[in-house]
Amino acid sequence: MELDDILASLFPAGHEVRVAHGRIAGHGVLRDGRRIHVVGLADGIALGVEDAASLAAQVLAIARQTDAAPILMPIDSSSQRMSRRDELLGLNEYLAHLAKSLLLAEQAGHRTIGLLYGGSAAGAFIATALATGTLVALPGAHPEVMDLPSMARVTKLSLDVLREKAKATPVFAPGLDNLARTGAVHATWDPAQPLTAQLEALLAEPAGDDARDLLGQQRQGRPKAAAIAARVVHEATRGG
Amino acid sequence: MSVISALRNETTSWYEASARQRIDALVDRGSLTEFVGPAARETSPHLAIFGLPTQLDDGIVVGEAALDGRAVLVAAQEGRFMGGAFGEVHGAKLVGLLRAARATRRDVLICFDTGGVRLQEANAGELAIAEIIRALVLARLAGVQVVGLIGGRAGCYGGGGLIAACCSTLIVTEQGRISVTGPEVIETNKGVEEFDSKDRAFVWRTMGGKHRYLIGGADRLVADSAAAFRAAAIGALSSPTVLDAGTLDAEQARLERRLARFGTAEDATEIWSALGIDPVDDLPALDESSFLARAGGKRESADGAR
Amino acid sequence: MERLTFTLAAAKQAGGLRQQAIIGVVASGNLEVMLERSAPSGTCTFEIETAAHGFGAVWEAVLNDFVARRAAGGLRITINDGGARPDTVALRLAQGVRLIEGDEA
Repeated sequence: MELDDILASLFPAGHEVRVAHGRIAGHGVLRDGRRIHVVGLADGIALGVEDAASLAAQVLAIARQTDAAPILMPIDSSSQRMSRRDELLGLNEYLAHLAKSLLLAEQAGHRTIGLLYGGSAAGAFIATALATGTLVALPGAHPEVMDLPSMARVTKLSLDVLREKAKATPVFAPGLDNLARTGAVHATWDPAQPLTAQLEALLAEPAGDDARDLLGQQRQGRPKAAAIAARVVHEATRGG
Repeated sequence: MSVISALRNETTSWYEASARQRIDALVDRGSLTEFVGPAARETSPHLAIFGLPTQLDDGIVVGEAALDGRAVLVAAQEGRFMGGAFGEVHGAKLVGLLRAARATRRDVLICFDTGGVRLQEANAGELAIAEIIRALVLARLAGVQVVGLIGGRAGCYGGGGLIAACCSTLIVTEQGRISVTGPEVIETNKGVEEFDSKDRAFVWRTMGGKHRYLIGGADRLVADSAAAFRAAAIGALSSPTVLDAGTLDAEQARLERRLARFGTAEDATEIWSALGIDPVDDLPALDESSFLARAGGKRESADGAR
Repeated sequence: MERLTFTLAAAKQAGGLRQQAIIGVVASGNLEVMLERSAPSGTCTFEIETAAHGFGAVWEAVLNDFVARRAAGGLRITINDGGARPDTVALRLAQGVRLIEGDEA
């Protein structure tokens, strides 16, 4: 789905959302008049230091507002921008700052919902979509932690061998289905139905704690993570 | 602390040490109780698909210990096993530790040594990093200090660099390289003109501990010894910082100021000159005390803004 | 990966009181050795996973030499091997026994 169609389906009552330099900003209104902040990435942009700083500034401005309006974060990006300059300037701090800002806004009462409608990868994925409280996707979204050709170089295995192995496990290969099975994606929305109803239904569910590891266990994409984390918590809290 | 263990710490190179040696030398002697240790045999279920050997602790030690008498939680990554990378089990152990930190209000020490996500279980590793960041930030919002220690062979790359920048305090050595995209990956994707990963001096002045310390990407620069890390960690925990809206507003201002001041720099040395440090050419060669003396009062700090 | 197991007679009981020791790292040419005091007295068991195939006879020789020279009775020894040379294996086994006896490695 194109961003314009997505926004029209999400906010039939109207929205003021603009895209410039691959950054999405604005707000929309639900059918009951509830306001939704919109902050995101478009056009497959590679997330660099300026982009991360700009998005974080928007998120922090929302966090200061007391309206408790949710933040919807539509994402179509590539990876973080790979350059000497970005690393020289400390890209890790900019991306972490963006993730922290999203978590702070959520704690301040603004529920955060990622909407993956295109690509996302590597550090950019962690700092945006995976830093939201609930991540949903649309069919056709194509997240990838690392592309198979790069993986082939590092593992010294051929692409054919990697594709064959990917049939046996969702744990390493790119793609929405694989990420969903590990628990990263809460739900995939139906583009044939109005997105506004699906967003309202999601907002009606309580946000809850981070249960992505349990989801990954149920979907058999991450067989051990939930149990290991729980066991460490158990052993660490035994004494006191 | 006995004289013998003090001497031992003094001579233990952090860079050369294993994860277990680092923790042993960092915390009070013999105080570590490990969680889900090697005898639990909770190894990676995914490496066998690639015909790769597992390690009994999946490359990370997590547990509780005492630091100068204070109860803390600790973690140390083993950079020599799979490059210290985050796999499913490896990551889940750190997730659990940080969730426990929030529940028990104990401060955390994380000894990073990582190339980022473990490719053979990339989706699980990526998601573990996201869960770690969430658990870490929630612990900090509840008042817990999380101190990162970086000075290992693998540096702190990929998602590890993002986790590090979420910590309350970062202690680094010159060898402690921090970045998102690693030198080889930039070179592979963008060409050797953009980034020459073989140029060791260039890599270190662009991503190394001294540069990160000068721009505010790290808080304490120490010599390459376990004793120095121990002293700095004790110091960090005795001067706690908070994470709240004010902290992130200050970080926003700090990061925007960095773009305005240094955004057009082509090389780290231009940034160091712009900071007013003179001369800069021999900075990489200086020992820690001479370096700190020359950088004193001129560096950008992240105090109250991380 | 190749999986090998051995149960060898080990007359001399392992000394010290530590219940468990671990030494080494799984990396190319290196290995980790974990020792636990959970084998029947008078025997030493080995469970090995190795990246190098077809070296069962070499392992057996190294391990026989180890139980003959060291006090290894009652030890269950688990090894993950990244393709270490026999002398490296012997060194890690010796370090492991010293560790579980309570001395520095």
